[in-house]
Amino acid sequence: MNKIISKKQFSEKVFCIEVEAPLIARSCRAGNFIIVRVDKNSERVPYTIAKADPERGTLTMVIQEVGRSSTKLCDLKVGDEVADIVGPLGTPSHIENYGTVVCAGGGIGIAAILPILTALKKAGNRVISVLAGRTKELVIMVDDVKEYSDEVIIMTDDGSYGEKGVVTVGVEKVIQREHVDKVLAIGPPVMMKFTSLLAKKYGIPNDVSLNTIMVDGTGMCGACRLTIGGKTRFVCIDGPEFNGDQVDWDEMFKRMGTFKNEESLANRLQNQDTLLPIRGRKTVRNVLWDLIRRRRRVLLLPSMRLNPRR
Amino acid sequence: MKPKERVAIPRVKMPELDAEYRAKTRLEEVNIGLTPEMAMQEAKRCLDCKKPSCVEGCPVNIQIPKFIKNIERGNFLEAARVLKETSALPAVCGRVCPQEKQCESRCIHLKMKSPAVAIGYLERFAADYERESGQVALPEVAPSNGIKVAVVGSGPSGLSFAGDMVKRGYEVYVFEALHEIGGVLKYGIPEFRLPNKIVDVEIDNLRRLGVHFQTDTIIGKTISIDELKAKGFKGIFVGSGAGLPNFMGIPGENAINILSSNEYLTRVNLMDAANPDTDTPIIIGKKVLVIGGGNTAMDSCRTAKRLGADVTLVYRRSEAEMPARLEEVKHAKEEGINFLTLHNPKEYKADENGRVCAAVLDVMELGEPDASGRRRPVETGKTITVDCDQVIVAVGVSPNPLVPKSVEGLELGRKNTIVVNDNMQSSRPEIYAGGDIVRGGATVILAMGDGRRAAASMAEQLKA
Repeated sequence: MNKIISKKQFSEKVFCIEVEAPLIARSCRAGNFIIVRVDKNSERVPYTIAKADPERGTLTMVIQEVGRSSTKLCDLKVGDEVADIVGPLGTPSHIENYGTVVCAGGGIGIAAILPILTALKKAGNRVISVLAGRTKELVIMVDDVKEYSDEVIIMTDDGSYGEKGVVTVGVEKVIQREHVDKVLAIGPPVMMKFTSLLAKKYGIPNDVSLNTIMVDGTGMCGACRLTIGGKTRFVCIDGPEFNGDQVDWDEMFKRMGTFKNEESLANRLQNQDTLLPIRGRKTVRNVLWDLIRRRRRVLLLPSMRLNPRR
Repeated sequence: MKPKERVAIPRVKMPELDAEYRAKTRLEEVNIGLTPEMAMQEAKRCLDCKKPSCVEGCPVNIQIPKFIKNIERGNFLEAARVLKETSALPAVCGRVCPQEKQCESRCIHLKMKSPAVAIGYLERFAADYERESGQVALPEVAPSNGIKVAVVGSGPSGLSFAGDMVKRGYEVYVFEALHEIGGVLKYGIPEFRLPNKIVDVEIDNLRRLGVHFQTDTIIGKTISIDELKAKGFKGIFVGSGAGLPNFMGIPGENAINILSSNEYLTRVNLMDAANPDTDTPIIIGKKVLVIGGGNTAMDSCRTAKRLGADVTLVYRRSEAEMPARLEEVKHAKEEGINFLTLHNPKEYKADENGRVCAAVLDVMELGEPDASGRRRPVETGKTITVDCDQVIVAVGVSPNPLVPKSVEGLELGRKNTIVVNDNMQSSRPEIYAGGDIVRGGATVILAMGDGRRAAASMAEQLKA
């Protein structure tokens, strides 16, 4: 069991949680990730480590509510415990002095890139960070990034913070302005793909950190496998970082959608209190029966009798 | 009783759940187990040979006639005690050992053209009887010698090593990467073949003997081998298993809904994904192909069947060469699994969403025997295309590289197996290894035998 030490809300669906995990806090390195199982019914979900404090024995994660388990995690309060945290998983980032590195972070990918840019800065690189999000509140941890960046460029889709535009606009401006030795992109798959393509266009070596579906995170299941440079690789042990030029992005997008249908069903069922229509048509009855069978809390209004022939 | 009369008794039939019923229930065990009367009758068939060759056929050399004769006399608890002298998990082995290839293959009855004594059924009977009697005898534990040893992985080899070492008075700490103790016994073997509660009882017994278990801990990642040594651990046994699924490397294999048997079984068994109360997603296939002919393939087939699928097993050789236990093949057939032997996947086709929709299979024929002694499957040049919406690939596993790769100076063999000597000792003298991390994908009982051997040699080394 791992106790939650502090919790902050970054935006409507994004939370920053600091949790006790002394062994991992001591052994993790930049680029490692963890797997969290909130309670005995929850999924094993991989999360990136935003910060590790070996002295306090804590890890900081930034979590976006997406499925049932991540929502459960975000619902926990300070002092609550999560059932399991295992790690550090994955191969740590390769850190060396490349020269000038552009670190592009999108949304909660900013939390993932923070320890890596920190390590790169400490290794002597000139670090230019380009942070992006749809809107101001989705650009997170700016002060932390600033501490280990020579320059921070902020991009938002709606122009509410920094410059208006997507992440590649900011990255390209830097590339055109000065010599860049390496590009690192972490964020939503489509953001990583286009950042990688942009770097490739300019012939700059680039890495991306993939967040495929996983179960155990130790190479056991193969759910995370992906074609990289024509070969099947396991993201959990061979990655998560790969040369972006070699990633089969189409396959990545498709595999990310493996459980699309199952997840939307699960979310619908979870949010049934608010989403259910009130009239007792046959489909509603079916959904209700399903919910009762699943022993979920069902709010029955007087007008929602289960017998449609009433 | 005269030997002739003993030989004349027909071999007992294992009572089992009705095939149609059980194909719809995922958690009920198929084999019901022998009654005391059946067990005592079957025990009479054993001729108590002077030189029991069955014992040689057992990887851990269980005193087979001795425990069987105790059953014949009705001393079931004593029979269980005999089993536990050499086997850490008799209730498990009685269920999952390929007896027809081990002890039962050496039974004297076979020479007389009569079926072998049902040693596996009797083993299971004695172990179950003891457990259900509530009079589980804990083995004697030597006084603590204060020496700490670490076990990496809580599967069959690790548990058997832990049991043997704790009995010798060592302080044993078992580290498991997953959130549950039991390794492949939990994530791999389904409940209808090996109920979790049986594994849990064995684990609880080890706990009562003083074994410490720590989940969510990956040796080499969470804690390094050097840290363990700094913390005073004098010996380390690595039984981290063959947790790396093999794929065939054919076109289309990364399409959605083509998954390893490891992933499929882990989702269903360990994560309980088919239970709507859990969060772990699983796609329930309607027309499922399972590739392979081993026990894992059978487990995958029968699990998919229980989740409502029309299941076809695709195996590249003929049924005679299948490595699965005979009983699993029989059960799978009874439950309505279609067998498509002498076919091998060549390519998978996916729909516009990237989900698998068909498999192109090579039609095979048997050629000359290969290194394994089995006739090699060769392509005939003909292919067929089979529609499907899910494919489970069960073509073997390789050792998990996580632990071996994180230990410096460890000599590795083919596919990252750990190289050991006859005493199960690796190239680093304080590190021993056994089970699938050494063998690359074998059986529960061989893993347990390795654990025992490693315990004996490590104890010898630490005493010196």
